[in-house]
Amino acid sequence: MANKIPRVSVREQEPAVRATNFEEVCYGYNSEEAQLEASRCLNCKNPRCVAACPVNINIPAFISKIAEGDYATASAIIAEDSSLPSICGRVCPQENQCEGSCILGIKSEPVAIGKLERFVGDWSLENECKGCADITPNGHKVAVIGSGPSGLACASDLAKMGYDVTVFEALHKLGGVLVYGIPEFRLPKEKIVAREIDSLRKLGVKFETDVVVGRTITIDSLMDNEGFDAVFIGSGAGLPRFMGIEGENFNGVVSANEFLTRANLMRAFDEGYDTPIYVGKKVVVVGGGNVAMDAVRTAKRLGAESTIVYRRSEAELPARREEVHHAKEEGIEFRMLTNPTSILGDEKGWVKGLRCIEMELGEPDESGRRSPVKKQGSDFEVECDVVIMALGTSPNPLLKQTTKGLETNRRGCIVATEDGATTREGVFAGGDAVTGAATVILAMGAGRKAAKAIDEYIKSK
Amino acid sequence: MLMFKIVEKRALADNIYLLRIEAPRVAASALPGQFVIVRVDEQGERVPLTIADFDQAEGTVTIVIQTIGVSTRKLCTLNEGDYIADFVGPLGNPSEFVHMSSEELKGRRYLFVAGGVGTAPVYPQVKWLHEHGVEVDVIIGAKTASMLIYTEEMEKVCSNLYIATDDGSRGFKGMVTAKIKELIDVEGKKYDECVAIGPMIMMKFVTLTTREYSLPTTVSLNALMVDGTGMCGACRVTVGGKTYFTCVDGPEFDGHQVDFDEAMRRQAMYRSQEGEANEKHNHKCNCYGK
Repeated sequence: MANKIPRVSVREQEPAVRATNFEEVCYGYNSEEAQLEASRCLNCKNPRCVAACPVNINIPAFISKIAEGDYATASAIIAEDSSLPSICGRVCPQENQCEGSCILGIKSEPVAIGKLERFVGDWSLENECKGCADITPNGHKVAVIGSGPSGLACASDLAKMGYDVTVFEALHKLGGVLVYGIPEFRLPKEKIVAREIDSLRKLGVKFETDVVVGRTITIDSLMDNEGFDAVFIGSGAGLPRFMGIEGENFNGVVSANEFLTRANLMRAFDEGYDTPIYVGKKVVVVGGGNVAMDAVRTAKRLGAESTIVYRRSEAELPARREEVHHAKEEGIEFRMLTNPTSILGDEKGWVKGLRCIEMELGEPDESGRRSPVKKQGSDFEVECDVVIMALGTSPNPLLKQTTKGLETNRRGCIVATEDGATTREGVFAGGDAVTGAATVILAMGAGRKAAKAIDEYIKSK
Repeated sequence: MLMFKIVEKRALADNIYLLRIEAPRVAASALPGQFVIVRVDEQGERVPLTIADFDQAEGTVTIVIQTIGVSTRKLCTLNEGDYIADFVGPLGNPSEFVHMSSEELKGRRYLFVAGGVGTAPVYPQVKWLHEHGVEVDVIIGAKTASMLIYTEEMEKVCSNLYIATDDGSRGFKGMVTAKIKELIDVEGKKYDECVAIGPMIMMKFVTLTTREYSLPTTVSLNALMVDGTGMCGACRVTVGGKTYFTCVDGPEFDGHQVDFDEAMRRQAMYRSQEGEANEKHNHKCNCYGK
């Protein structure tokens, strides 16, 4: 029986070593390891993993091709449903998706679907010419706003259909959250992200950095003056949230977005770069999602004693399980059921500690998770000199304010149909700008759906 | 890779330079009160700088830079014909008056108070008002005459230009706040709005002065920023007891509501590190020079 083979463990950098560098934590499978792991798949008749994948990749089919050593076909099978396997294989929360529903997981461990996807993605970046598709230009122009996962996926599909696609990026580097948010040790920028973008260039996609749509140009001007037939908005999550507690503007309190942008996009950890970063000696990160894990592990790598403070219990941590596991291995302290009530500062206005209260779990809230309730009188202080807030984001209102007829909902997210059509004709949207902060795979899926809808819209005109 | 060409460079005063940059998309959209973010090269910081002038026909945007950190110093070593890596904008909201109708603007009397390098972003505002037929008085303050910038340009677009130097080497001897008092108390001037742009400390004292006269005062805050589009929150300021992001909610705010002490403290967040970086950079420069 194939499932007697234990899950092939993946090679990783030693925790003590990697906690001091920014190299990728996980080395991934080599060919032999991938084939052995692939041989564990039962090739179920009704594969639950496929249903659990947000973009329904034909998982058993690509895995059986890996087992045969036919990586090119495996790659082609994934490409039918996903355009960024190297990235999604690294950052998807597989334990809640494909792997979480793998039948092998009931009695032993699920097939390492994420690691196998990553293997195929990386193999294809090494060995295939993604930009060699035979493309006949159709003469229509489409603008894509934002070069994150949804924008890249949308641009890629449209370019393959023959559209003349221009991607506008507000920052100076392409990749959106893949570049400013997710750290190098989880997703290598040059080896993976830059190459995915290069393959889009080979498909004929044009990129313009340093363009803030809504300020530098507007959607109206793109459509009225620059001849774009349709626009896709993939502008991402938006403005960082703070708690609204006392002391939040002391020096030393930063959003995870700021901390990670300084470290990742501006490479503040690199001596050769000019951007400063303030790490201090003791860092507390407030939050329990992937962004919180990224921030706390970055702080650790920059030399600080680093702690997570989260108001629910470990079972409710929204971060990928692998990130929590890696963080613990690297020596991150986790203080669960703890919520900050105020930030303490010294006489000069710099952070010197965090006042917290213990929490206990009460009744389930609307998210289905048991909601944390304060334990009266359990206040205590944590000493620290930096507090990083990783509490999610609220939408950036810029595009709504500057685009005629573009509606947003009560939370400020852009209103769009399943296919990405917004309330403004010819304008489509997807990813975090529509859903609020979510995952790379959902954003990529939304970008691809919108590409199809844009094609139908332009053809029907 | 898109790069941005320097089409003109001029030294305006000690350590203050004017750069005119070819950036047609930015020039076409810029309005008074907005700013840009500049990154000199791959290693450079993203530096927010207020727009000093823009020319839609030529497709150029002018910035004025005082060399205070590594990145601003690097910028000023470049010459005409050189390129800078990134030039993004216009960012932030334009000054409120650009949204006013000509009826609303008619008869309004403005007093602009400009300090040091902050004189540069005052210029496009005064110029805009002048072009729309509004009377504007301007006070330019500086430590000493050799530090004054934009006096000739300003003279052409304002009704009355007053110069105040700390040492009296030109114009009024004393602080801009004393000049404001003199204009109102002695000369009997009446204003509907004051706009103050300069160092935080100057803006703080201008607002304390204008409060005595209940004169509404707008200030332009030069907070620390990374992306300049609302994503990072480094530029948080407290205005009227509420937290705002300077980049998307500002950069102009009601000066009487701004918590300047907090704003100044937050501005100094990375100062010690910048000091170190400056030394490192100076050291490097000296080595290469010799």
